[in-house]
Amino acid sequence: MNVLELEDVSITYQNTKEAVKHVSFAVPEGRIVAIVGESGSGKSTLIRAAIGLLPTGGVISSGRILFGEKDLAAMTAEELRHVRGEGMAMIFQSAGDYLNPRRKVCDQYVETLRCHQKISKKEGYEAAKKMLATLKLPDTKHVMNAYPFQLSGGMKQRVAIAMAMSMQPKLLLADEPTSALDVTVQAQVVKQMMDLREKTGTAIVIVTHNMGVASRMADDIAVMKDGELKEFGTREQVIYHPVDDYTKKLLRVVPRLQGETDGE
Amino acid sequence: MVRYILKRLLQLVVVLLGVTFLTFMITQATPSDAAEMKYVSMGMMPSTELLEKTREEMGLNDPVLIQYGRWLGNVLHGDLGESSKFGESVWTQMTRKLPMTLKLAGVSLIVVIVFSFPLGILSAVKKNKVADYMIRFLSFFGVSMPNFWLALLLMYIFAVRLGWFKVVSTNSVQGMILPVATLTIPMISSYARQIRAALLEELNANYVIGARARGIPERRIIWGHVLPNAILPIVTLLGLSVGHLLGGASIIETIFSWQGIGNMVVEAIRVRDYPLIQGYVIWMAIIYVMVNLIVDIAYRLLDPQIRLRKRVD
Repeated sequence: MNVLELEDVSITYQNTKEAVKHVSFAVPEGRIVAIVGESGSGKSTLIRAAIGLLPTGGVISSGRILFGEKDLAAMTAEELRHVRGEGMAMIFQSAGDYLNPRRKVCDQYVETLRCHQKISKKEGYEAAKKMLATLKLPDTKHVMNAYPFQLSGGMKQRVAIAMAMSMQPKLLLADEPTSALDVTVQAQVVKQMMDLREKTGTAIVIVTHNMGVASRMADDIAVMKDGELKEFGTREQVIYHPVDDYTKKLLRVVPRLQGETDGE
Repeated sequence: MVRYILKRLLQLVVVLLGVTFLTFMITQATPSDAAEMKYVSMGMMPSTELLEKTREEMGLNDPVLIQYGRWLGNVLHGDLGESSKFGESVWTQMTRKLPMTLKLAGVSLIVVIVFSFPLGILSAVKKNKVADYMIRFLSFFGVSMPNFWLALLLMYIFAVRLGWFKVVSTNSVQGMILPVATLTIPMISSYARQIRAALLEELNANYVIGARARGIPERRIIWGHVLPNAILPIVTLLGLSVGHLLGGASIIETIFSWQGIGNMVVEAIRVRDYPLIQGYVIWMAIIYVMVNLIVDIAYRLLDPQIRLRKRVD
């Protein structure tokens, strides 16, 4: 069964330019799909639409987005709220900015849990601490009692991932979750997301401009350019037998960059 | 924190010295003469000899610095001097008029908060809906109307035409309604707009999108996250308004003959009642320094970013 299905989705900003043009693809249960493309290709817009939180001015001008079998647009506000956090969760690029700077991590974490589960504050606190520990965050008590601005970028990112994974959603949306992190933390975060899929069967849609991350994580790869879906296929198809010229170009860039770094 | 407060109170002393000195100099520089005004206000035309004698008695012939020094010395001994207009001590005058101003200020502040917050919140939450347009339209008038005009308008409608209130305000609930309305209508209007703007700015913050993505109910986002954060800039404005109100709204107190400190100081300035003006200036300086201190403390309590950064220093 598909967790997420995009049918002929177009998105416009302020009635001017089309940021996403007639995109269709599906994400089956437990599958990892990477959306790659350069900045401005509409990939972030696409997953913001998938959770129903388009940036201001953005509207879905055609097509529909199905979560499970339900059309997001047809959901009531309360249904949508239940889906968010519980059914699908989102990790934003520089996720620390998506936490309230004036509330402690534990407050926001426990609040999130208690909005979806009937648990006491204490149970919520313990569950959150446990989840942070599985993400290998050192000194979880300190992290829990810190304000977001007291944590490093990598720590905040992992807190956000922990919060997103806590509800064991069917679908995890990740918008460049690793691009703000240094390389060692990047590898950890990628591994943790893959572990989540192993343990809970969560499907993941990850937006990245990093072909390396995409080829390491994804089962399927979607290639976007100028709002259009240029190519969609399994990792093997896209990486070893690309059809579209743009995909070929993208792939040519990756090894050359690595080659250059190796040479230094 | 205690050290911080002590430091600020020490600053108060410096501020008081500076402010009283400056006012002293400025009042001395005004063209008319306190001795003459004393008699004029009593309806007398004093002779030159009498004026000279009075000047000597009031110490107006000494150099300004000596006059200031004498006044300061007396203040340090707890003597604010004697009002030349009312013929009683400044202290008695102030303590008689202050409660009236405090009452007007307190009631007005409560009215402002009670009305402006719900209106501002409603306006922000219903952005670009009918309720928002109505609030913005009406508050535009509230902000634009000069308060003396508003006072006269309200007086004309409710006191003269409808006869619901007396033109001269009395110290009673009924007597307070018009002055409070005149004071608060512009403030409610401006605060409703400020609160709306602050809320909308916060609502655009990424953490709101984050909270929505985590499935936090909208009501909780507004009350638990957005409103507490949006209140911070409002606190500063409220502090200034409190200072303004406690200084006595001179125009409104005068128009409604409200026997408060604002009314008193207008009269004191008219007759060059230097000791009374100085007493008022001390009060204002204390009010503003204290209000600023309270705002700063409130900021520290409300904003962990300021609180924790200061602690590290």
